[in-house]
Amino acid sequence: MQVTNKLTPFFENLNFEREDNTMVINFGPQHPSAHGQLRLVLELDGELVVKAYPDIGYLHRGIEKMAENMTYNEFLPTTDRLDYIASTSNNYAYALSVERLIGLEVPRRAQVIRTMLLELNRIISHLFFVATHALDVGAMSVFLYAFREREYAMDLMEDYCGARLTHSAVRIGGVPLDLPEGWLGSLASFIAKIPEEVKTYEDLLTENRIWKMRLEDVGVLSPEDALSWGCTGPMLRGSGIEYDIRKEEPYELYEELDFDIPVSDRCDSYGRYLLYMEEMRQSAKILQQLIPMYAKTEPQLMAHAPQYISAPKEEVMTQNYALMQHFVLVTQGMRPPVGEVYAPTESPKGELGFYIKSEGEPYAYRLKCRAPSFFHTGLLQELLVGTYIADVVTIIGSTNIVFGEVDR
Amino acid sequence: MRKYVPKDNVQGKSYYTDRFWVAPRVPSVEIESGSHFDEVIKTLAKKVSIIEASVQIGQLRIVIDARNNFKALKLLRESCGYKMCSELSAVDYLAKDGEFEIFYQLLNIEEAKRARVVCRIKEGEAIESIVPLYKMANFAEREMYDMFGIYVNNHPYLKRIIMPDDWEGHPLLKTYPLVGDEFASWYEVDKIFGKEYRDIVGPENRDPARIDRYDTQRFSRVGYEVPFGAEVDKENEKKNPIEYSETFLVDYTTGSKVLEKRK
Repeated sequence: MQVTNKLTPFFENLNFEREDNTMVINFGPQHPSAHGQLRLVLELDGELVVKAYPDIGYLHRGIEKMAENMTYNEFLPTTDRLDYIASTSNNYAYALSVERLIGLEVPRRAQVIRTMLLELNRIISHLFFVATHALDVGAMSVFLYAFREREYAMDLMEDYCGARLTHSAVRIGGVPLDLPEGWLGSLASFIAKIPEEVKTYEDLLTENRIWKMRLEDVGVLSPEDALSWGCTGPMLRGSGIEYDIRKEEPYELYEELDFDIPVSDRCDSYGRYLLYMEEMRQSAKILQQLIPMYAKTEPQLMAHAPQYISAPKEEVMTQNYALMQHFVLVTQGMRPPVGEVYAPTESPKGELGFYIKSEGEPYAYRLKCRAPSFFHTGLLQELLVGTYIADVVTIIGSTNIVFGEVDR
Repeated sequence: MRKYVPKDNVQGKSYYTDRFWVAPRVPSVEIESGSHFDEVIKTLAKKVSIIEASVQIGQLRIVIDARNNFKALKLLRESCGYKMCSELSAVDYLAKDGEFEIFYQLLNIEEAKRARVVCRIKEGEAIESIVPLYKMANFAEREMYDMFGIYVNNHPYLKRIIMPDDWEGHPLLKTYPLVGDEFASWYEVDKIFGKEYRDIVGPENRDPARIDRYDTQRFSRVGYEVPFGAEVDKENEKKNPIEYSETFLVDYTTGSKVLEKRK
């Protein structure tokens, strides 16, 4: 640690010290493969990492504090800024925990749309992972192919909600909009391409000698450690533990859908990479099943709970009492019951859940965001020890951390 | 008269609450005998005294004494299969009860069941670390210490994690205002220039990105190097293709130039 004062200024970007025979270097906070603002203090013996210390907090915006000073509906757009690669999964996780708290049933059409958006976001996030991970390791062309597909997926998101990155496409109690005309058609043509696109990436990477040399037996995480460090999502399933919240504690329509959970017992970065590839195929399969489900639903989009959620526009404009309730909900915010809730969801990165403590007021008394990346960053202090400095980037890439949700 | 704001909770509040409003409660269901949760409670009750146990929204909620937290979690981990701790943190009840509520959110992977262990500690009390059981607590407890100032006994490296090391105050306390306190608003100025610069910079020009181009102690020159602390001749400055991006101090005491122009 540097002792800083006015006369010895703090050098943020480089800390170069010698102790015994080891060298301490700073990785970040502005490193292109740190996927955000990760400062990693590494103690090196030659090229071997002896000690790793992840330092976070460079993107701290106090989102949990903001949640205590906002009504429940006001806070929803803020959740976009957590995992900004797949915003809808954050919106959804938050909306789900509030819905569980007030005990709300979401209409079926909203459920179909939400599940579609969640899986579309999973594809967007996984494409981003493959692209940046390959770029970090040194395979540039995969980045270009994957980002092209990601653009098409983001176009779909844009057609639905108007935003490409910060979607806010989910509301507490449903979704704000119905699908635009022709959207399902473009979704179908998008997911029809996914399997062959995934095959393109796999042709480029899976049997690639360099890719295998860089990923196999790198970042080996035992199943015990994965559990102990609170790893979830592909990190956990990459260590041979089959646990996917979509299957085990199903929410939305996942109970009715037919899909597989890929598991790898390789425990290394290569196994995790294979999982991501397979998950994209499974997401496409889920989306395919959802398209015919949409037509069979009633057009209602928001749950009917006038105490918590504004009535539909027609009622607000025609009925006095609905207008009064709408006015109270807009100016004061909804007041959920006293109690606490923790609702886990399977975001593309792992278990994303919101713990909400409500005291019956329009502002949450305490909101804790359980972000998967936070714990995956904590894991780095053990996973990096004993590896070579060239593998550090691979391991960070394979944990798929996003700093929006690490620092919150 | 100025509106009364309670000092122990400065968070946002609803502008209006009906006097007769009684908030409903989340239903807390009794544990069915013979269920998985029932077995958990029975196993736990043999060694740890349970203050309260119920099922809330499908998850078990166990209230225990804070001194038993390690013992209870060890039992849950080793005898009941709660191999993963998803989250742990605190809730600030200092204004109401003078206590913190600490919760541990646990997951049983085999049964796909979730349990929450809740305990309360008084202000200034410490809690035992659970890092030997769940390594994820290494980061989570540090965050709890950073955000609430709760000391954790036997933590391997209890240090601030999100806020800077020299930060004052703990941001998630209810006494901490949303906009930050006096220390927070002057943090960059204090750190770069020193406290005595507060008067010189002034609250209007409080800019964390302010550069003093003639200060060679804290800033290097753009385009060419000078020794540490060297004097720069302001009149005969070397010509440079790169321009400084500076913010200039505005003196608000001597009228506004814009207004004069408009006259």
